[in-house]
Amino acid sequence: MPSAKLRLLAASTLAALVSWGCAGTGGGMAAKSSTGIPLGTSGPHAVQPLPDKPRFGQPISENELLAWNIDIRAPDGQGLPAGRGTVAEGKKLYDAKCLACHGEDAKGGSVYGTMVGGVGSFVKGPRVLTPGSMYPYAPILFDYIRRAMPMDRPQSLSANDVYGLSAYLLHLNGLIPADATLDANSITRVMMPNRNGFLVDDRPDTNAARCMTNCK
Amino acid sequence: MGRMIDVPSDRGSRPGPASTGELNGVLKSRREFLARGMAVAGGAAATGSALAAPLEIPPAAREMGRPIPEAMYGMPSKFEAHVARRRTDVLKNRQNWSDWSMTPLQHQPGIITPNGLVFERHHAGTPDIDPKTHRLAIHGMVRQPLQFTVDDLMRYPSVSRFHFHECSGNGLTDWLKPASVTVQQTHGLLSGVLWTGVPLSTLMEEAGIDPRGTWVLLEGADGAGHTRSVPMEKVLDDSLIAYAMNGEALRPENGYPVRAVIPGWEGNVSVKWLRRIKVGDQPWHFRSETARYTDPMPEGKWRQFSMVMECKSVITSPSGGQQLKGRGFHEVTGLAWSGVGKIRAVDVSFDGGRNWREAVVEGPVMDKSLTRFKIGWNWDGAPAVLMSRAVDSTGYVQPSVEDVKKSRAIMGFVQHHNAIQPWSVNEKGEVRNAIGQA
Repeated sequence: MPSAKLRLLAASTLAALVSWGCAGTGGGMAAKSSTGIPLGTSGPHAVQPLPDKPRFGQPISENELLAWNIDIRAPDGQGLPAGRGTVAEGKKLYDAKCLACHGEDAKGGSVYGTMVGGVGSFVKGPRVLTPGSMYPYAPILFDYIRRAMPMDRPQSLSANDVYGLSAYLLHLNGLIPADATLDANSITRVMMPNRNGFLVDDRPDTNAARCMTNCK
Repeated sequence: MGRMIDVPSDRGSRPGPASTGELNGVLKSRREFLARGMAVAGGAAATGSALAAPLEIPPAAREMGRPIPEAMYGMPSKFEAHVARRRTDVLKNRQNWSDWSMTPLQHQPGIITPNGLVFERHHAGTPDIDPKTHRLAIHGMVRQPLQFTVDDLMRYPSVSRFHFHECSGNGLTDWLKPASVTVQQTHGLLSGVLWTGVPLSTLMEEAGIDPRGTWVLLEGADGAGHTRSVPMEKVLDDSLIAYAMNGEALRPENGYPVRAVIPGWEGNVSVKWLRRIKVGDQPWHFRSETARYTDPMPEGKWRQFSMVMECKSVITSPSGGQQLKGRGFHEVTGLAWSGVGKIRAVDVSFDGGRNWREAVVEGPVMDKSLTRFKIGWNWDGAPAVLMSRAVDSTGYVQPSVEDVKKSRAIMGFVQHHNAIQPWSVNEKGEVRNAIGQA
């Protein structure tokens, strides 16, 4: 049902595009509609009728967006860059750039808890959340390190650096051997223990009654 | 100032006058004046001597006030300095970049949270972004990738909408036993905001969505590059690109100069400092939607993409840490909200959930917005347990923790706590967090 509705929405969007295809871009529309449609409406889902819709977006090419286009999709690893890194290279980088907060061998440090272990802790608890126990797909680790780490210099690491750091962390979690090298191909093939650990939202999952008297 | 005596910890490490001893003579007499006024208003609670004393002409009426400066951003009274966002008292992070601060709901009347009190949750601190250099890009599975300046976005037909904003982690410290003292600590990852911006559908249509495009990536320009996947259906339904909140530009800590607003969904999906929107045909499974912001479920499983904030309510006055100013009349009031519609009704119990009375729901009652409820209560001095229970326009009834426990695993940092919050009142009128005790 949701996907059918989704297709319908997408189709109507496309149809709309066809009908306003001649509107052009960057048109100098006044902030008010020429047909007197109020532009400051408020209320649920109020969207103005579209015939005189202004267009202010400036075209940009995917090429011009390369430096921003850093997302990695999982599980297939779409977006993973060229490059490679070994466990040993990762350890060297880790000790220089990560250890201060995350501790020796990623076992937890001055600021953050452990990034190692926790596999098998979810059933009985307490649940220990680490990249090894929690991430369903290894490319997620690459994406996160590249965009957000190290915290004081995010987006400063090269692709090789990030492959190396990913390799080191996955090795500390017992998921790849000490002599492993990771690249776009091999990181996608690492089998993560929590791969099948997720259920898609099925709420509402409660059915409370509106009892008013003598409820307990 | 207030209808309740505040919790001492709520009066803690803050700027401003902390005790009568620190006040000079003028302030002291003003405070005496206020205290007398309160005593008169308090009626039954007032002492005979306060009523017997004749009212004096207050100092403020005998002198000129502060003149209007050439230009100034107005600030609250210095006597309200204790009303401030606070970091958590319970789950103290060892750094304050990936951290949060909480809204003082116990001090908020009405349904709008002033901008300086809107809660914060950042993953790498607050960036200061120059709106002149900021760009928003839309690309991926679109007919024409586009970029926008902030000025470009402001030229579009705008909409303004009231919505609640709530972190999925609101209440995560208080499921089975009390850990927090005040409602600021139990429920303060919640704010009510009038957002102004452009419907996201307007921009998506301009870029031209590929019919296979079913998911949208939202990415922030902050040091965390915070990123979430959102279904296209929600994006085209009621989502906004906002550049203003409560009548002024977004505050830096709330996403200046532009952010996404995904109404009724967990706060972090409304990505702040929004720089990039990418259309795809499947979700990305980012860290923030796998390793974090997922819910522990039985048998070691996790619930993913649980983004709707379900119907919930809480009594904000009286609430944890406060003390009733004597027997007699008290207006019991709080907030109710639902991420799937409007609030239909709120019930309040004074006996720990055995019997309930329907409260007055004060308008305006709006879609996915904070809604104020009120009910009169004559306290007879006996111990009581107060709780509220909201019903939304779909008929969903706010559950108890016991209800929630039937389907979810309550272990560790559990998100999406929308269960009923009990507050106990003892013979002295002291109000305490009674989660798991009632």
